[in-house]
Amino acid sequence: MNIIEASGLTKVYRSKSGPVHALAGLDLSVPRGTVKALLGPNGAGKTTVVKMLTTLIRPDSGTAYVDGIDVVADPKGVRRVIGVSGQYAAVDENLTGFENLEMVGRLYHLGGAESRRRAQELIDLFELTAAGNRPVKGFSGGMRRRIDLAGALVINPKVLFLDEPTTGLDPRSRIALWAVIKRLVADGTTVLLTTQYLEEADQLSDDIVVIDDGRVIAEGTSDQLKAQIGGHRLVVALVESGDGPAAQEILARYGAGEPMVTSDGRGLEVAVIDGPRALQQVLAALGAADIRLHDAGMRRPTLDDVFLKLTGHKADQTADVAADAELEKAK
Amino acid sequence: MTAAATLPTWNPLSLWYSDGWTVTKRNLIKIKRSPDMLVFAVVQPIMFVLLFSQVYAGAISVQGTDYVQFLMAGIFAQTVVFGSTFSGSAMAQDLKEGIIDRFRSLPMSSSAVLIGRTNSDLVLNTISMVIMMLTGLLVGWRVNSSVSEFLAGVGLLLLFSYSFSWVMALLGMSVKTPEVINNASFLILFPLTFISNAFVPSDTLPTPLRVFAEWNPVSSLVQAARELFGNEGTAPVPDIWTMQNPILTVLIGITVMLVLFVPLCIRKFASISSR
Repeated sequence: MNIIEASGLTKVYRSKSGPVHALAGLDLSVPRGTVKALLGPNGAGKTTVVKMLTTLIRPDSGTAYVDGIDVVADPKGVRRVIGVSGQYAAVDENLTGFENLEMVGRLYHLGGAESRRRAQELIDLFELTAAGNRPVKGFSGGMRRRIDLAGALVINPKVLFLDEPTTGLDPRSRIALWAVIKRLVADGTTVLLTTQYLEEADQLSDDIVVIDDGRVIAEGTSDQLKAQIGGHRLVVALVESGDGPAAQEILARYGAGEPMVTSDGRGLEVAVIDGPRALQQVLAALGAADIRLHDAGMRRPTLDDVFLKLTGHKADQTADVAADAELEKAK
Repeated sequence: MTAAATLPTWNPLSLWYSDGWTVTKRNLIKIKRSPDMLVFAVVQPIMFVLLFSQVYAGAISVQGTDYVQFLMAGIFAQTVVFGSTFSGSAMAQDLKEGIIDRFRSLPMSSSAVLIGRTNSDLVLNTISMVIMMLTGLLVGWRVNSSVSEFLAGVGLLLLFSYSFSWVMALLGMSVKTPEVINNASFLILFPLTFISNAFVPSDTLPTPLRVFAEWNPVSSLVQAARELFGNEGTAPVPDIWTMQNPILTVLIGITVMLVLFVPLCIRKFASISSR
């Protein structure tokens, strides 16, 4: 049974340069006990979906149920069963970590004693003991996120919403936070996660929904999506651009799909399915053809690759910044 | 995994009370930990009382009483009006920091954040008021009325500040940054408090300003406080209904503000989100 069931969600923001369709008929279902990632660039509508499902904004049209409760008709009912942790750590700077969590417990109506007990339990669980009794103001970004995440877990929610949980964090904090999320997921909590990073979706989720311009453009497991875009990318840099055509022919032979060539003719790239094996074959063939290389290697596919494949356009960052600014103004 | 299913169901009234108190407590901790807010609440009133009582006392004469007696009600009124703007900038600040989204995603009473805000600002204003009164006593201010009149005067000032807090809270939820509130309050509240009978008798003002001052609601508040503290002197009160019946006028103003702005605030709160 699906614990999240949404269909036909739309939201339009008015702005000076005309209406902005944040969501254009989005459908989403999340089975109980699974982790689903909403993957998309800035401005794709990820946060808008999360805000609707967590009752912060109302859809213009469409329906959404969380644990069978209508988010529009009974927002308080929904709030009783969910936990939310956002991109912008929603913690009170002047309260200590403990005070923040205790306050959240009281506002879930756990009562004073239980709120304090749970706050302490979470402080220990998230290894914030040293910082628990200092105002959050002095915490690092990673520690704030952990407090914020702990705030979402005060009641052991039936559904946990994580809106870009690691955006803006340094790599070390990101990996630490992933470890925490993985532990939760192992306990069977249903999670809806939004992210701009394919790797994050890959690490944390069972199922990925790719969204763009407020619509779902692809859905499946990480393996299914990677099969669509061809797993790893094999990249070579030639010494002589004259070797381009010959190298391209070799890459086409061992890769999955058409190789791409950079404008100077010396950089080539192709999607591959069995990465290491393809790399060995390509290097052997290039060596046999006496083609000299500056560099060769593999890279993981990025969101850009997914988008290029699915939409034919890049997840263009500058366009998104503009779209975000537009949304900001519209609100 | 069962905690979510076993959340207690409280009756709405105790829930409203407990949530309001939880947020009030959070705001009070915040005030305690922000030295700038305490300076605002404590040092500023002391400074105003000392500055005005020492600098202008010799230059401004008031019929039937001395300037310090006349001045104090004016400073009280000015301080509670400015103190209320804090509700606006604090709401705007919470919205900016994202904590409002946290509150709105919790199953708490929908008015609790606003109740907590206006409650804690009432506490802050009460502290300011006590400090001002003590400073006033030090520079020679005396209450010349009964205890019950005195308490009624204090109550009226605080009730006014409480209801005005709701007005400012709505403003705070409607602006984009907390700074807007601070700037707007300077532009609107300075003329409102200074073009009144708070610091000088309004009959000394040039005609257009005098008319404004006489109809100014701040003047009614000041006049009401002066009468209740027995500081009004012997100068004739302008022959205008609001000035002739200042206590009733202020009570009507308080009622109107609460009846209009409490529901407006709660409605607004249900639809705001930080981003």
